[in-house]
Amino acid sequence: MKYDIVIIGAGISGAAIASALSRYARSICVLEKSNDVSNGASKANSGIVHAGYDARPGTLMAHFNILGNRLYPELCRRLHVPYTQRGSLVLAFDDRECKTLLELKQRGKENGIKDLRILTGEEVLEREPKINPEVKCALYAPDAGIVSPYELTIALMEHAMDNGVDLFTETEVLDIKKDGKGYVIRSEKDEFHTACVINCAGVYADNIHNMLLPPAFSIRPRRGEYFLLDKYVADIVNHVIFQCPSEAGKGVLIAPTVHNNVIVGPNAEQISDREGVETTLQGLSEVWQTALKTLPQLPKEQIITTFSGVRAEPDSHDFIIKHYEKEAPGFIDVAGIKSPGLTAAPAFANYVKEMVLEYFITTDEKKNYQHERRPHLSFHERSPEERNALVRQDPRYGRIICRCEGVTEAEIVDVIHRNAGARTLDGVKRRVRCGGGRCQGGFCGPRIIEILSRELNIPAEQIRKDSGDSRIITGETPKGKSADERI
Amino acid sequence: MNEYDVICIGAGPAGMAAALSAKECGARNVLVIERDHEAGGILQQCIHNGFGLRIFKEDLTGPEYAQRFIDQIQMAGIDIMTDTMVLEISEDKKLHILSPQNGYRILQAGAVILSMGCRERTRGALAIPGTRPAGILTAGAAQRLVNMEGYMVGKRVVILGSGDIGLIMARRLTLEGAKVLAVAEIMPFSGGLTRNIVQCLHDYDIPLLLRHTVTDIRGKDRLESVVISEVDTCACQIPGTEKEYLCDTLLLSVGLLPEIELPYAAGISLDPRTRGPLVNESMETSIPGIFACGNVAHVHDLVDFVTLESRKAGRYAARYVQGLSDDQPGFPTLAGDGIAYIVPQQIRPGNCDDTLELYFRVKQVYERCDLHLRIDDKIVKTYHKEHLVPGEMQNLRIPHKLFCGARSLSLDIES
Repeated sequence: MKYDIVIIGAGISGAAIASALSRYARSICVLEKSNDVSNGASKANSGIVHAGYDARPGTLMAHFNILGNRLYPELCRRLHVPYTQRGSLVLAFDDRECKTLLELKQRGKENGIKDLRILTGEEVLEREPKINPEVKCALYAPDAGIVSPYELTIALMEHAMDNGVDLFTETEVLDIKKDGKGYVIRSEKDEFHTACVINCAGVYADNIHNMLLPPAFSIRPRRGEYFLLDKYVADIVNHVIFQCPSEAGKGVLIAPTVHNNVIVGPNAEQISDREGVETTLQGLSEVWQTALKTLPQLPKEQIITTFSGVRAEPDSHDFIIKHYEKEAPGFIDVAGIKSPGLTAAPAFANYVKEMVLEYFITTDEKKNYQHERRPHLSFHERSPEERNALVRQDPRYGRIICRCEGVTEAEIVDVIHRNAGARTLDGVKRRVRCGGGRCQGGFCGPRIIEILSRELNIPAEQIRKDSGDSRIITGETPKGKSADERI
Repeated sequence: MNEYDVICIGAGPAGMAAALSAKECGARNVLVIERDHEAGGILQQCIHNGFGLRIFKEDLTGPEYAQRFIDQIQMAGIDIMTDTMVLEISEDKKLHILSPQNGYRILQAGAVILSMGCRERTRGALAIPGTRPAGILTAGAAQRLVNMEGYMVGKRVVILGSGDIGLIMARRLTLEGAKVLAVAEIMPFSGGLTRNIVQCLHDYDIPLLLRHTVTDIRGKDRLESVVISEVDTCACQIPGTEKEYLCDTLLLSVGLLPEIELPYAAGISLDPRTRGPLVNESMETSIPGIFACGNVAHVHDLVDFVTLESRKAGRYAARYVQGLSDDQPGFPTLAGDGIAYIVPQQIRPGNCDDTLELYFRVKQVYERCDLHLRIDDKIVKTYHKEHLVPGEMQNLRIPHKLFCGARSLSLDIES
């Protein structure tokens, strides 16, 4: 197969770059080793659009954080992805931490944020009545926002595909070689010939780089564990609330999510396994104990799930976004995209787009380019009249499959048939939230297996929970599906 | 807008019994709304026997028990609206409903009976550490897949929690050809019925590991093993007791929680102990004319008690729409030493029949103990009990004359 541009990795970086490049008349494909987009670090992080006071001035992280933050409102409007500017607070509990806040504020100023403010303890408690009353002061950044990171990644990829980009899932890159002026990329099933390779391989970005070039950096997986709380306690926090940052990172935050849950986490643990996304007793209890300092009444009985993500921590401590014009013209690394990678992605995607356009010298814009992505209907947010009209048009809007989140059958069918559509139970969850609520799929799971099986025309036994061979059903019962014959 | 005297939400055993009794007691048009495509509720997936011993003096399967009520509902001329979800209830008893056939509609009820049942506590809620592979299901979800849809969920199974559905599924999966390695229970006693432990575990040589819990889950795509550890009296893992069980399936039977979405959104007061709505002697919630019964009110272990309680709710709902309720203030019931909860939580003596039925659960296992009934802090009656366990709901019938002028009623245990 031949493409002008091959992007390796369908996480937030690869999807944002694919979406940015899809405007131009170049053939593009994205190769993803998993069976869905957004299946690495992009699905398991805090979902925060940072204001930009954390990164050291002069770094790529600082530069793209600030630019990315500014792009978010318009990007999410265009792609119809929920985004809310809740503002963030960094809490200080003693004089030393108050001093750190002043340093952060100064750093933010140098990075180009204008409206950072230090709030007194009283002002903080007015905004956040439930947090630890011992708070001395806080750094308030009104520009910080929240987004669902996997919904944004999926939306970016869908938008790219709506504009002609191809996606190959379950396509792991095994080898890259120079081939005349371009490259040949080999996966188990295919060979891709291309002039331009963009390495967005997340925790594997160093391996991909090393297939073609001498080692220049290494990625150290760093795990962060999280809790997600029920919507019943949506009002326990109003902002994204951090504690004072340390060497290990921005620390444990408590924040509302765009769907009115509450997220608590992460810790930061250096691990060796790049796929080490298990949660641990120590990690979870560390997160919970730390979070209690922010919110002493954190309600344990409202936990609905826990998860962890592995972030791609580069040994250079900054993003690696580089075109190897001399050593490997057309080969671009987008590596070490740890926090604030989600915030920065729209900005560095534009930057990479410019690199690519420069490399190809002349590239036309597509005439039929679609700016917007078709919105989700969000049936439960519609008026009774609109809902009635929808049910008349398609009775499947009248059937609620997911009780916890109020999702109808028609909405599930829709996300299966969109570009970059859902193929798995967790794929449906990340797109329309079935199984992400308090029953965690206990009620809707069997129904969604049935819908996926019917819509994709594959047997129920083949339906997977998530990546790899995560089949749920192991076969028919000995007497098969005729329950009448059984005792 | 369509108007009904009484609308029951949920056509499981609670909703059907309540509807029938409301109709018998004089409610004119009664409707039962069901979100599934057929009536019967969770009974339809309970193909084992043991249902109806008290109500019908017969040993029935779940679907048989349900069918008796479905037949009676039809004979009584009560409508069941299937495939219909109630999205919202308001204080003035308007129900917002949605279905593929009829779209979005609003119904007006004279009285509403909440009978939506309960849901299962999940792995996520317990925050069990480990990976998140396929092969981890709640016991009820597995029961639906196996019994109703004819699919197997695994070959080597560990069950966490000894709730009744877990015990029943241990036997079911064994009969369907799977190997059930163990049932782990964090408490020093089982949460299930004694008869289920005997008939589902002992009869099939499935070990019940008391004071044990799952402390790690392993396997990337599909579950590969779980680690079970012993716990101390504080339910904390004892280091060095870890044992790995190779398995492809973990079923969870770790507790049931009332489905409180609708009452919560309607602003109905909830009891943190039962986790369902607070109810009075009539099974009426904090909003007059909205009643709750069955597993929404508190989780039962025998369907026969659901039926009895729901008949009461139906009867009082009919009285409510006929304007026969006595709303003189009453007094609370108080769960004293050793008692986990009491239902009803409030009693208005003027509304009670000749006897009042109290349902309660104990907090731990008691052998040969005294259960004291106190009225206004004075012991008025003591019941000697040989054996009380948290997994078996208890009931007491109290004659009206004992509490008619009372200001408080409590139960406590002296062991």
